[in-house]
Amino acid sequence: MAKTSMMITCDKATLLMSEGQDRPLRTGERTVLRVHTWMCSNCRQFGKQLGFIRQAMTGFAQRDQTNTDGDNDDQPRGNSRG
Amino acid sequence: MKPAAGVTVGANPSSPAMSAPLVNATTEPAPNSLADAGFVAELRKQMIKFAQMHLRDSHLAEDAVQEALTGAWVGGKRFAGRAAFKTWVFAILKNKVADLLRHKQRTVDASSMLKDDDDASLDDFFDGRGHWLQEAKPAAWRCPEASLEQQQFWAVLEVCLEGMPAAQARVFMMRELMDFETDEICTTVGITSSNFFVTMHRARLRLRECLDQRWFSKAT
Repeated sequence: MAKTSMMITCDKATLLMSEGQDRPLRTGERTVLRVHTWMCSNCRQFGKQLGFIRQAMTGFAQRDQTNTDGDNDDQPRGNSRG
Repeated sequence: MKPAAGVTVGANPSSPAMSAPLVNATTEPAPNSLADAGFVAELRKQMIKFAQMHLRDSHLAEDAVQEALTGAWVGGKRFAGRAAFKTWVFAILKNKVADLLRHKQRTVDASSMLKDDDDASLDDFFDGRGHWLQEAKPAAWRCPEASLEQQQFWAVLEVCLEGMPAAQARVFMMRELMDFETDEICTTVGITSSNFFVTMHRARLRLRECLDQRWFSKAT
């Protein structure tokens, strides 16, 4: 098995972060990622925002299927002010 | 006759989302939501939007919605209110759309489109050595969670999703909205897991950028 270098670039780091949302990362992958994000504030930021995007997509999926709008039964929908 | 017996039209009621309205159904007499033309028109519009977003095909979307509504017509009378009814209809629609996504013929050859997509699209974000381009560096988002409370945010998210390239969007939404397993997506779309991860990476980079430009950098 190839030994992973401890240094990865931002394109690889963000790919790993993204993969981390779809599969469990291996120990070696987690290590290089941790080292990278210690040093790189851009990727750290990206990682946080990925978490938010997941949260937003979950909200979006639920929102579509429940009663967040179009469900104010007897209220007029337009903003016709007198 | 037990309530569950007549429910199987149009979909397998296996989704957990479906159990909630059924519990409510026994507590109050339910109005027939489908008798209200305005409600149905609005609901139909939302359903079409949902189906269209996933399927990117107006005929397929139209069919899926009709089938879901037909299923609901039979099962809908028992629901305690419009919210419960809507949840139920959308659960049927979601199953229907998932089926269509599974069996959708590869007319748009997603696998080849996704493979061609390889390195070129990373050029918008990273330089030749793999570092962030100056203009692509992620800036901090202030209190992003607060956005989830704002109607306008969801509209922006929707615009961003609609703006994704079709093949990429299909993979991304199967994963994020329809809860497909990775393996099933790869088999269905005809890509390797490596293609899948690369596609998700691209999609997230794009979506992040779009939300940044259209939402977070505008909130001053």
